[in-house]
Amino acid sequence: MEDLGAAFALALDLVLGGDPELVAIVGLSLAVSLSAVAIACLLGMPLGALLASVPFPGRPAAVVLLDALMGLPPVVVGLFVYILLSGAGPLGALRLLYTPQAMVLAQAILVTPIVAALSRELLAGLQEEYAEQLRSLGIGPWRAIPTLLWEGRFGLATAALAGFGRAIAEVGAVMIVGGNIKGVTRVMTTAIALETSKGEIALALALGLVLLALALLVTGSVAVLRGTAARLAHD
Amino acid sequence: MTDPSAILPLEVRGLALAFGGRAALAGLSFDLGREGLTVVLGANGAGKSVLLRVLHGLLRADRGRIRWNGRPPGAAVWRRQAMVFQKPVLLRRSVAANIDFALAARGLPRRARRRRLEAVLEGCGLGPLARRPARRLSGGEQQRVALARALALEPEILLLDEPTASLDPAATRAIESLLRDSRAAGTRILLVTHDVAQARRLAEEVIFLERGRVVEQGPAAAFFAAPRSAAARAYVEGRLPP
Amino acid sequence: MIRLLVLLSLLLAAPAAGAAEDFIILQSTTSTRNSGLFDHLLPKFTAATGIEVRVVAVGTGQALKNARNGDGDALLVHAMERELAFVAAGHGVLRCDVMYNDFVIVGPAGDPAGIAGGRDAVAAFARIAATASPFVSRGDDSGTHTKERALWRLAGIDPTRAGRWYREAGAGMGATLNMAAAMEAYTLTDRASWIAFANKRDLQLLVEGDPRLFNQYGIILVNPARHPRVNFAAAKAFRDWLVGPEGQAAIAAFRVDGQQLFFPDADCG
Ligand SMILES: Nc1ncnc2c1ncn2[C@@H]1O[C@H](COP(=O)(O)OP(=O)(O)OP(=O)(O)O)[C@@H](O)[C@H]1O
Ligand SMILES: [Mg+2]
Repeated sequence: MEDLGAAFALALDLVLGGDPELVAIVGLSLAVSLSAVAIACLLGMPLGALLASVPFPGRPAAVVLLDALMGLPPVVVGLFVYILLSGAGPLGALRLLYTPQAMVLAQAILVTPIVAALSRELLAGLQEEYAEQLRSLGIGPWRAIPTLLWEGRFGLATAALAGFGRAIAEVGAVMIVGGNIKGVTRVMTTAIALETSKGEIALALALGLVLLALALLVTGSVAVLRGTAARLAHD
Repeated sequence: MTDPSAILPLEVRGLALAFGGRAALAGLSFDLGREGLTVVLGANGAGKSVLLRVLHGLLRADRGRIRWNGRPPGAAVWRRQAMVFQKPVLLRRSVAANIDFALAARGLPRRARRRRLEAVLEGCGLGPLARRPARRLSGGEQQRVALARALALEPEILLLDEPTASLDPAATRAIESLLRDSRAAGTRILLVTHDVAQARRLAEEVIFLERGRVVEQGPAAAFFAAPRSAAARAYVEGRLPP
Repeated sequence: MIRLLVLLSLLLAAPAAGAAEDFIILQSTTSTRNSGLFDHLLPKFTAATGIEVRVVAVGTGQALKNARNGDGDALLVHAMERELAFVAAGHGVLRCDVMYNDFVIVGPAGDPAGIAGGRDAVAAFARIAATASPFVSRGDDSGTHTKERALWRLAGIDPTRAGRWYREAGAGMGATLNMAAAMEAYTLTDRASWIAFANKRDLQLLVEGDPRLFNQYGIILVNPARHPRVNFAAAKAFRDWLVGPEGQAAIAAFRVDGQQLFFPDADCG
């Protein structure tokens, strides 16, 4: 209980104090996770739309696989990317290990199935409603993909947010491929892990609170943006 | 009327389609001439919607022959059709953008699209609604947009599946008047309805379906005066089947 | 929405990418980082040479494995025999002793095994086993874990078969100390991690001073003949600085709560 109270006080202190190291860590967390989510959206949303719109043999199996990939443990993704980027690995020459780019890659791999699966779920519902009308207008399953994406844009924001939540909160993958290097690859979650391992429980909790506030901020601003956009545009 | 790309008259012979062993169309045959407004009547499950979907290329028949001005169904035929569904499916964008979407899907150049869009907004009285989000309109307004979208494609034949089924009298009247106008402008119309009064108001010709077959086809006046089959008589008189 | 995200992330990612021109990756143990030693040493080295040192702190076993893959330019670890084997196998070169401290046995104030005040680590381990008192092991193949296994061997005990009192955390020193504090268990820790650890609760230092608890840290450079991409020149500059007078003095000057945690003993013999 002591720790909890101390954590709230510390969190307030950290935020109000504008500690430059914390600011850098928060900035990197946001940059890495937002980049990863952007990549995940760019790949996952069209993939979800494709699975929702285009029938092909093996599609049900592909959907099951995608849903299962949502549960990928971050550590496994981290190890996979580590093996890929390691000096002894196939992409070792790129020297990307222990860089923010490696962290983006790992989180993108982690989050893409989530964005894709949630998008598919949403767009499959839309396509059921639209398919016949679209075909009547001459829009086949492939050409329906951009239409479905645009029609589902407000719902898709939720898929992106779910991906962001997963990315900003995960520690296993970024720890392995980023190395938690101070000033270079240290993000909120690895900083929390570090402070915990130093026994600085209150500080770790305070960082956790800052992380929570950060997630709230992003989710909230997306909700507001989406609300105004939906009101202005054509829901 | 010697346009070589014309798809009418239509000849349908022995059309059959079964879903899981249950026949929806059971060897159905009829002809449609180049002009007019034909109403398709029949009890629930008679096969009216399935027939329209097959004609529009949304479903494939198991057996039978369809000839559009001598040609089998295909892209060239479909391009000259448009369909309006019972429940209008509009996209999450403005009324104008919905209509433009359909025109763009047909590959029309921007200038032609703008011209047609303005004409159809005007013709359907949708000018004041053009910028409104389509999905926020009332049911009647939405169906009018759906009809305008179909008319913008300038089809040779317009297929409608119970377009006024859930509309109030005023909205129904608006749709009917648009149908009369396009009929007058030369659009061939094939209308499925359950509303016998509507059929009396609009039909020049009636096709009556029963269990996937055409049991009667003829001029509307004669049909309503004296339906030949017992099923049609009961239907027109609004009697509940035994 | 998507476009907005892309734009935002590109803007944010830009400054995060490249900072210093010349840098090395140092694979290291958690004790040296968690104690704050690097925060004390590295700015001095960077000021002197312009070379940035990026520390990836993992257990000694993981550090050796990563370095074997060429992921890193230098290693600062504490498991002498394994370090020598690493060099002998051709993975590393130019190994030096850098500094030492010692391991200590910590445990609950209640001390159910009655080992407090002793100087014989092996006897203490034997008492813990005999009384089946809870003991948390790193269990992560780290330098500390290596030392702990050696002590059990000397005591003639295989704790992994001994019973439920022996728990393998599979975690770093800090997490292991957190567990020991929560479970009121014994554990072996290096003195630096112990002094810097902030969540001691009921844990106390019980056994120290056994020469077998000596803890030597060494630096090794990753062999550039094996891994041509390593930044050998910068890594060598770091090693030379660390074992030179400036680095050794900086190590000796590092204090936590007024206590010296590491003792310089550079030897590149
Ligand atoms: N996709 C489908 N799968 C299975 N059966 C279908 C399908 N579409 C239609 N049917 C069946 O085909 C038969 C004819 O259906 P259809 O929709 O054409 O009837 P309808 O004449 O339009 O009826 P209503 O007046 O109720 O609209 C019905 O028995 C219906 O259950
Ligand atoms: Mg129907």
